[in-house]
Amino acid sequence: MSILVDDTTRVVVQGFTGREGTFHSQQMMEYGTRVVAGVTPGKGGRKHEGVPVFDTVLQAVSETGADTSVIFVPPVFAADAIMEAADAGVGLIVCISEGIPTLDMVRVWTYLSCRESRLIGPNCPGIITPGKCKIGIMPGFIHAPGRIGVISRSGTLTYEAVDQLTRLGLGQTTCIGLGGDPIIGTRFIDALKLFNADPDTEGIVMIGEIGGSDEEIAGDYIKKYVSKPVVGFIAGQTAPPGKRMGHAGAIIAGGKGTAAEKMETLTASGVHVVTSPAEIGRTMKDVLDG
Amino acid sequence: MKIHEYQAKELLAQFTIPVPKGKMVTNAGDAGRAADEIGGTVVVKAQIHAGGRGKGGGIKLARSPEETRACAEQILGMRLVTHQTGPEGKIVHKVLVEEALEIEKELYLGMVIDRESSQPVIIASEEGGVEIEVVADRTPEKILKEFMDPRVGMQPFNARKITFGLNLPEPLIKQGAGLLMNLYRLFHACDCSLAEINPLVITKDGRMLAADAKINFDDNALGRHPDIVALRDLSEEEPTEIEAAEQNLSYIKLDGNVGCMVNGAGLAMATMDIIQHYGGMPANFLDVGGAASAERVEKAFKILLADGNVKAVLINIFGGIVRCDRVANGVIEAAKRLEVNVPIVIRLAGTNADLAAELLERSDLEFTVAHDLAEAASKAVAAVSR
Repeated sequence: MSILVDDTTRVVVQGFTGREGTFHSQQMMEYGTRVVAGVTPGKGGRKHEGVPVFDTVLQAVSETGADTSVIFVPPVFAADAIMEAADAGVGLIVCISEGIPTLDMVRVWTYLSCRESRLIGPNCPGIITPGKCKIGIMPGFIHAPGRIGVISRSGTLTYEAVDQLTRLGLGQTTCIGLGGDPIIGTRFIDALKLFNADPDTEGIVMIGEIGGSDEEIAGDYIKKYVSKPVVGFIAGQTAPPGKRMGHAGAIIAGGKGTAAEKMETLTASGVHVVTSPAEIGRTMKDVLDG
Repeated sequence: MKIHEYQAKELLAQFTIPVPKGKMVTNAGDAGRAADEIGGTVVVKAQIHAGGRGKGGGIKLARSPEETRACAEQILGMRLVTHQTGPEGKIVHKVLVEEALEIEKELYLGMVIDRESSQPVIIASEEGGVEIEVVADRTPEKILKEFMDPRVGMQPFNARKITFGLNLPEPLIKQGAGLLMNLYRLFHACDCSLAEINPLVITKDGRMLAADAKINFDDNALGRHPDIVALRDLSEEEPTEIEAAEQNLSYIKLDGNVGCMVNGAGLAMATMDIIQHYGGMPANFLDVGGAASAERVEKAFKILLADGNVKAVLINIFGGIVRCDRVANGVIEAAKRLEVNVPIVIRLAGTNADLAAELLERSDLEFTVAHDLAEAASKAVAAVSR
């Protein structure tokens, strides 16, 4: 079992024929992901990497039955691309693009709030169910099928954590990169609910960072509803206030959103919080081994 | 992106939000002339991108053009230290000369995007003139929050809830609502991340004006606002951070002595954290981006080493799609060309990591190769203390 994506997932790539879109589509298909369509407005009707290209997402969905989209378009067009996918009835939309203006995302959030689609990202590595389906830009080979769910606001730090898990023999059910922006579609609490309900997920790793209060909200939920062990790490313990640490959402604003606050809340919620990012995998193993 | 108070006020004025009569000047002579034009008592305000200017001696009252000139003389060129500048302070290059207001009451108005609800929110308080965080801490009941539905934008009722909540005097209710609508318009039109009027002053003669203003913009939206980009004052920013940004590197200078070069923002923060975990202090945050090509590594090295505090460098690259042997070659070339003379601890993980370690060990440079994050951090910290 897994959450959200598996070997039946049918993917349409938005921004398919661009450099990023092409490269990562190749990588996804090599991994075994079923990429069934691509969309690049004005290039409909041809084939690219052996996959049919369409002008609109709606055409792609109705011709190929795609149920999930992944977006590689430049940031100024990304909000439009997300809404187009939702309009076409795509159930899961994974937006990789980094640098989308916040007010564009406010519009997207509002648009999605009265529709059925789920958004992952933007500014994220994507989602992977090891051995079955990779949607995004993460390196597939570090993952292994198994029983740990991974949720993270980061990219390479997620790879670090996954790598630690895999080396210790702890494979993953599904790994989700939530994204580093202030406004994202799927938050910790949403992913936690899914992993908590997934019978095959035995433990959950959550990697947060400074900025916002999603980790604290997740802590409340964990305390009330999650009985599976959760290991947590918060990046940015040494980050100065008022500075944006690479990610648009990673900022301590008005003294709020510090790592210390988040670590305290999570610890109080029963999460096994580690201060060193090198101990994420080991701690999960110790917790599971009891 | 941040701008100065005088620029923020010009922007407010463009959106018909009343501001005091004033003029930005860069020398004492012009300050005196500005005071003469404005007439009466004026305030001379240092223009730097930081709060707390009054306490640091950057804001002074002057009763005549002569006094204004003297004040400007004092403030211009001074190193202004506030709780937001850090101990090194900021040199003042510009002052705003502005009509002094006879204050009856000070209010607070601010607008941001609320992350939790993903909606624009206006925050208001009758407790103006102090930092809103302090008010939120001490008297949270004195803070009003009004959320706006992005589908329809701010409605007159939203504005009324705030103006009545602020207990504005009757003659200012309508003007207050108009001001709020204009603030909302400005926020959207300019892709702000923060638009703050603190204090919003009610004067003894019954006027309502923005006595101080702070406006920040969403960096991701600057591409569609060339007029706003033109307001940027590079002298207010850390030179190495500007240089890094020009190279598409994300760099933030810190106070420690272990320089870090990492790919990815989350891993870069985590690397700083683990340095501290092993008893060291990071000298910087530096994200070289996913690709970490030789060229970028070299630029990153230059920026790192420009900081004289750096006593060792920790390179931590998780090569996913990018191959570690290519990164290793980049590091070797860059280190040779730049004649780096501080210890370098390097950890490459992911695709071709073994090959990369071999390349580094075979090179005639003194690299310390680490195989995991913990080893890398402890070795980098040890290298500094040697």
